Amino acid sequence: MELYLYTALFSPLVGSLIAGLFGASRKTSFTGLLTSGLLLTSFISSVILLTYVMAGHTVHVEMMTWIATGDLYIPFGFVVDQVSVTMMMVVTTVSTVVHIYSIGYMSHDKGFNRFFSYLSAFVFSMMVLVMSDNFLGLFIGWEGVGLCSWLLIGFWYHKESATWAANEAFIMNRIADLAMLIGIFMIYWNLGSLQYDVVFAHISILPMPVITWIGIFLFIGAMGKSAQFPLHTWLADAMEGPTPVSALIHAATMVTAGVYLVVRANPIYSEIPDVGNAIAALGAFVAMFAATMALVNRDMKRIIAYSTLSQLGYMFVAAGLGAYWVALFHLMAHAFFKALLFLGAGNVMHAMHDELDPFKMGGLKTSMKWTWILMTLASVALAGIYPLAGFFSKDLILEVAFVEQHYILYSVLLITAGMTAFYSFRLVALIFHGDKRHLEHGIHPHEAYTFMLYAMAPLAILAVISGMVFKTPYYLMVTELLPAVQYHIHNHTTFWIMTIGTQLFVILAIAYAYKKYAKAVKVDKKVESGFFYQLLYNQYYIPKIYDEVFSKPYLQLSKLAWKEIDLKIVDAIVDGIANTIYRTGEKTHTMQNGNLSSMLRWMVIGLVVLLVLAVAFTAGYNAVNLQAM
Amino acid sequence: MELTLNHYLILSTILFCIGLIGVMRRKNLLMLFFATEILLNAVNVGMAAISHYRGDYTGQMFAFFIIAIAASEVAVGLGLLVVWYKRTGKIDLDQMTSMRG
Repeated sequence: MELYLYTALFSPLVGSLIAGLFGASRKTSFTGLLTSGLLLTSFISSVILLTYVMAGHTVHVEMMTWIATGDLYIPFGFVVDQVSVTMMMVVTTVSTVVHIYSIGYMSHDKGFNRFFSYLSAFVFSMMVLVMSDNFLGLFIGWEGVGLCSWLLIGFWYHKESATWAANEAFIMNRIADLAMLIGIFMIYWNLGSLQYDVVFAHISILPMPVITWIGIFLFIGAMGKSAQFPLHTWLADAMEGPTPVSALIHAATMVTAGVYLVVRANPIYSEIPDVGNAIAALGAFVAMFAATMALVNRDMKRIIAYSTLSQLGYMFVAAGLGAYWVALFHLMAHAFFKALLFLGAGNVMHAMHDELDPFKMGGLKTSMKWTWILMTLASVALAGIYPLAGFFSKDLILEVAFVEQHYILYSVLLITAGMTAFYSFRLVALIFHGDKRHLEHGIHPHEAYTFMLYAMAPLAILAVISGMVFKTPYYLMVTELLPAVQYHIHNHTTFWIMTIGTQLFVILAIAYAYKKYAKAVKVDKKVESGFFYQLLYNQYYIPKIYDEVFSKPYLQLSKLAWKEIDLKIVDAIVDGIANTIYRTGEKTHTMQNGNLSSMLRWMVIGLVVLLVLAVAFTAGYNAVNLQAM
Repeated sequence: MELTLNHYLILSTILFCIGLIGVMRRKNLLMLFFATEILLNAVNVGMAAISHYRGDYTGQMFAFFIIAIAASEVAVGLGLLVVWYKRTGKIDLDQMTSMRG
């Protein structure tokens, strides 16, 4: 089984390195095929490992010693257990699909080889993150995905906005990572080890405040990666990257790493239910907060990004309330349908020549029938209609909130579910139904390559069946490791009222979205100029506030440091030294006039000086030594 | 009056100063060689005198080495001088400025 583990882990790295060799050269199709093939290998290995884990075993290997100094011992160890195998399946499935899809999507891009190198490097980092058996290995993967995210958001580096967004994402993540690093240091300081099994076995002996702080610091790290408020602004801006990147990194895998961390560290969070409640409250807040922003946005990819943010909020509610397996289940289901949604959006973008405003599209269902079907399917799954994936995973989170008697969280999540349905179908209605507004802009859309649609098909199937088919086997498998808590509403009447009520509410929201946007788009000036619309449209003015409160003062400070400190002190000293030496040389080079007799004179002068120095030094040395004696 | 070590050393110093002044003042290359020889022999006198004074023959050995090296130096130097004179017709130091920095 070790062989499969290493195959699953290192195939993407091999692909990335080989593609990287051709990174600077022109497009060569084989890099795309090779990396996709290796990803498929990785996927197959993961499936084999999954069957092995389903049979009740786990694999734990120590590849080599990494750090061994004094009492500190950290190996490169990898573990495949019920949680990591779930993540491996999600990562390899989505990334294989995205790799194959990207062969078509990036086919006209100059950086084709570079793109595949980055994308495979990302998958490798993500695998390290989920498979590591200690916190430091997780941190390495964590930073690796951060780096690849930066590379891929800024993939079109000639665009100012792309580089800006890449830097924003990178810097925000570093802020959170600092907290995470502190959390890891605290674990080592108090327990003397970073191995998961050791840490989780001994965490309960620590005093309460220490566990609380560890939990808080680790969660701040998770907040950065999963873009939770107040570190959420980078995710929407990260949509500057190519769409497959958005699908893989900023919807399905990397942003869920925060949820994975909380799920993985569940023995820590089980000790501190208060922090758990705070996480759940923040998650519910973000779920609604992001959904409201998605309601009015006019950028197709940003709408989906906000939807991701909102769904991450759902996952944190479940994880915070102790329903770790539910959080992981929603993570999995969400990865499938959200990646599908993004890839569909990629098809639309291609057809629309990179136009992102859905108000300039419309009526695409005739020309892009398959994309329409796939995106509708993904939206239905996202909205949580029976029997698609979202119904099983998202409604389960609602039930968790209800069973745990957090009725406020429950209502917030319920309203958010309605909003989710509304904005998803607002997007679908605007893009695929109604008048063909794009004709005014002289665009004639065409369907994507057939193989791209075939590549999306597995995701579509998973979006449909993953809830219904996987729920029971998944539950049985993963609760070997995670707390096995069943969330059932025991009163049958309440259960049916809630389920049917939620379904009706969601369907009404969808119907409203269709009614409002599917026929002709009427722009309601009064609403749009209203306070709330403007507030939501400007993302609660948070980017502006950050700009005013952090960026601009920092710019001022930097300018001050540059003009006053750097130029006037540091540079002045360095330049002064250089100038002194230069001027000395300028003055003294007349000595070398080539005349032998003047050179000899200089030599004599030098001799005399050395002689005087030698005599003076000897005299001084003797004086000191005599005194000492 | 008996000759002591000091007398030899004073002689050596006087010779050295004469040589040094010669090295600094002379513009004729041939004279420069003479001045160099005076410098070297001033040192030789000092070496031999101290060697005798201490009863240690190392200094005298050194004096022989210096004589041998000085002879070969003069041989090479005079050879170069002759070539230089043949090419330019002058042996004036102030005109040898091809090594200007």
